[in-house]
Amino acid sequence: MKTTLSVNGTLRDVETDPSKPLLWVLREDLALTGTKFGCGMAQCGACTVMVDGVAIRSCVTPVEIVEGQEIVTIEGLAPGDGGLHPLQKAWIEHQVPQCGYCQSGQLMSAAALLNDTPNPSDAEINDAMEGNICRCGMYGRIRDAIKTAAREKGQTNE
Amino acid sequence: MNKWTRRAFISAGVVAGGGLLVGVALRPGNLADDLQDVVAAEGETLVHAFLKIDQNNVVTMIVPHAELGQGAQTALAQMAAEEMDADWDLVRIEEAPALGEYAAYAMGRGVLFKDLPLPNAVVPTIDGVMMRVADAMSLQITGGSLSVRATGQYGMRVAGAATKDMLRQAAANAWNVPVEEIETENSILLHRATSRSEPYATFAPDAAGMTPSYTPKLKDIDAFSIIGRSVDRLDIPSKVDGTAKFALDTRLPGMVYATTRRAPVFGGSVLRVNDGEARKIGGVIDVITLPSSQSDASVGGYGATGESVAVVAESYWSAQQGLDALEIEWDAKGNGAVSTETIYAQHARDISASEGRESDLSVGDIDAAFSAAAEVVEAEYRVPYLAHTCMEPLNATAHVSGGSCEIWVGCQNPLGFRREVAETLGLDEERVTLHNCFMGGGFGRKSRSDWAVQTARIAQAVGKPVQLIWSREEDVRQDFYRPASTSRFRAALDDQGVPQGWQNTYVNKQEPVEAPLVPYAIAAQDIGYLQSASHVPWGAWRSVDESQHGFFTESFIDECAIAAGQDPYAYRAALLADRPRLRAVLDKAAQEADWKTPLGAGRGRGIAIKESFGSIVAEVVEVSLRGGEIKIDRVVAVIDPGVAVTPDGLKAQVESGIIFGLTAAIYGDITIEDGAVQQSNFHDYEMLRMSTAPKIETHIINSGHDMGGAGEPGTPPAAPALANAIFAATGQRIRDLPLARDMTFSV
Repeated sequence: MKTTLSVNGTLRDVETDPSKPLLWVLREDLALTGTKFGCGMAQCGACTVMVDGVAIRSCVTPVEIVEGQEIVTIEGLAPGDGGLHPLQKAWIEHQVPQCGYCQSGQLMSAAALLNDTPNPSDAEINDAMEGNICRCGMYGRIRDAIKTAAREKGQTNE
Repeated sequence: MNKWTRRAFISAGVVAGGGLLVGVALRPGNLADDLQDVVAAEGETLVHAFLKIDQNNVVTMIVPHAELGQGAQTALAQMAAEEMDADWDLVRIEEAPALGEYAAYAMGRGVLFKDLPLPNAVVPTIDGVMMRVADAMSLQITGGSLSVRATGQYGMRVAGAATKDMLRQAAANAWNVPVEEIETENSILLHRATSRSEPYATFAPDAAGMTPSYTPKLKDIDAFSIIGRSVDRLDIPSKVDGTAKFALDTRLPGMVYATTRRAPVFGGSVLRVNDGEARKIGGVIDVITLPSSQSDASVGGYGATGESVAVVAESYWSAQQGLDALEIEWDAKGNGAVSTETIYAQHARDISASEGRESDLSVGDIDAAFSAAAEVVEAEYRVPYLAHTCMEPLNATAHVSGGSCEIWVGCQNPLGFRREVAETLGLDEERVTLHNCFMGGGFGRKSRSDWAVQTARIAQAVGKPVQLIWSREEDVRQDFYRPASTSRFRAALDDQGVPQGWQNTYVNKQEPVEAPLVPYAIAAQDIGYLQSASHVPWGAWRSVDESQHGFFTESFIDECAIAAGQDPYAYRAALLADRPRLRAVLDKAAQEADWKTPLGAGRGRGIAIKESFGSIVAEVVEVSLRGGEIKIDRVVAVIDPGVAVTPDGLKAQVESGIIFGLTAAIYGDITIEDGAVQQSNFHDYEMLRMSTAPKIETHIINSGHDMGGAGEPGTPPAAPALANAIFAATGQRIRDLPLARDMTFSV
């Protein structure tokens, strides 16, 4: 079945089983491999992307559900002017990634958080990031980097 | 141009475009007598560190270690850059390809010169039967926290220093001035008296014609300016924008996907497969039964992998549906009744019988110590099996055609994997090209080649490029586990509460050999073990035996302190009076954690210290009891790695090791029922998450001793420090992990 997806601001047609999870459509049909497979049952967050600004787990989201909605993956997180998203800059500043495999998902969850909550508290960070496992245990650095990005975003917006 | 000595080989050459290439190898010379007849022949080239300088003055370090998140590639590059006074902004890193010339030879040297132990954990992938030194020579393994300790120390620094010397000589010749007057800084050669300066690249071609020294003068610690600098890791930018290539991201024209299920009871076989329904699923191409691993049985029974069934399809999604639709009848090969309970019962029986007990350490008169004891303390501890659960599930992509194989994988031992794939396919090793990718976690799991061998078999059967992806369920159930273990202790305390006798018997020794030893001054010690085998395959798990023995010994010494009515920190400190390096680490941890400031009721601190992989780490954990739930309020860690190459990276590794250790202590529990693993995914094999991960304060002591490891030493003290803190807060002694079985942890 033909499905038309809006991914990172571009319309893409894919010929696929409508029940196929968005994760595998992104990775196999669209060659967008930045979004990762970790558990297949929405337990780890490695596959997190934004759909209409909300963080979702693409490994359990049938592609038919997101047709017509705005999908943003890690490849589309940066503003498109060659620069990086404030979260990406903060991730480098705090040297967050170790193995790096979970980081696309961490960044997309954090980006969705900052969309809603420009200046999140520790409790709000806990809530938003609870679904993302970092097996390398870089939670402290992720928290610090989110706060740094929130500050930078705040200054840019003022 | 090349120079051999009894110990080392170093060579310089020209690279395309006129640049300079310097390689350092260490060769078997000066050997321990018992190894003389098995080492490589005279003239054999075993290069293990390369660097090159191109026309644009860019220095590329070719590093024979894989990147699994530990930052070793950056640290190794720093070590060479330091010695050659390179401009760090012009340094690049490449991982060495999986070719014999790039073997991590320093590890072989470590074995040959008896400086460093070769981790037994890597042996099964080396040649499958026994550690033969000749095979140890072709290691390209990343593990045992050895990158910096071996390759960095013996390879990268020598290459950097020798390069600098040759460049200085080349400049001195060209400028007709004494070489002593040539200075170097930021990849530039200077002659101050005549105000001349040129980038390294200018003299690289001349240097390429020289004979480098194999014993260049290395810098003293005080002269370091790049070692000890918290440089940014060079792999991080690609890990924040989705461009970093993990094995799972391999894309080849015409590739198909596969997934597998292996016999749930380890070592089992396939009796019957009904694939009728599976083949009806859209996109399913084939169903293939795969034999068990052909690797020889070795330490821990690597040969025990069972048979498996693979479904090949046009999409992973279809393959997974196909797998779920299979009806498979398995043969448990006699292990269908084994459970965690029967395994623990066997441990207890074996320890009680102590038949064939092997000794780790026997000093002093242990019987006399117990006869004279004012008090005897006894305890038995247990830890369960643990899985690695790397975030990136096991996967590989292979293409077998025309008598050769190309394979993309993220692994901790590229040369070993290449050999096993070649053997599986019946090809010469030269016909197998292995591309090692970033690893989404490794922790020891990716030193076993079982899934790469499966991928090669499927690719051979299918005849087109295929990507094998394990489900998380398969990853949890077909691991090589940190072994379950039981450890029984007795201590004889004198009338001052001082331990005079220490007796310990445990099961299942792997490595490192020194893991069960304690650093404390105890006159009589009797430490030994029994191998109480099960069919559950074991593997190296971050810090290997140090993780369980850290928990066992550092919990039991705490029990001794309490029995003696003494403060657990002061008790340890007194027993470390003649171990100043350990004592300094312990003291600093206590001081930074405000050990002497009392905590209120329902709160407690625990301390633990463990030396492992060349580094010493002490940790203090602080907990509070809130409405029956445990909250970890604070973790303080102190590490003495000798010299911290990248301090911020070292702190990240310690933080990572602690979260890994705490996760295991609180949640880690792989249980066996009917011969198979009961857990399957992160809902029943839980991890610390954002809300439950404590804040960690890490402090570094640069003692100037030999450089130690970073990736593993943070893990061993974490579980005992937490368990000791819970005892301090609640009076409940923890002798059985994981904690979450009996208590709840709060945010």
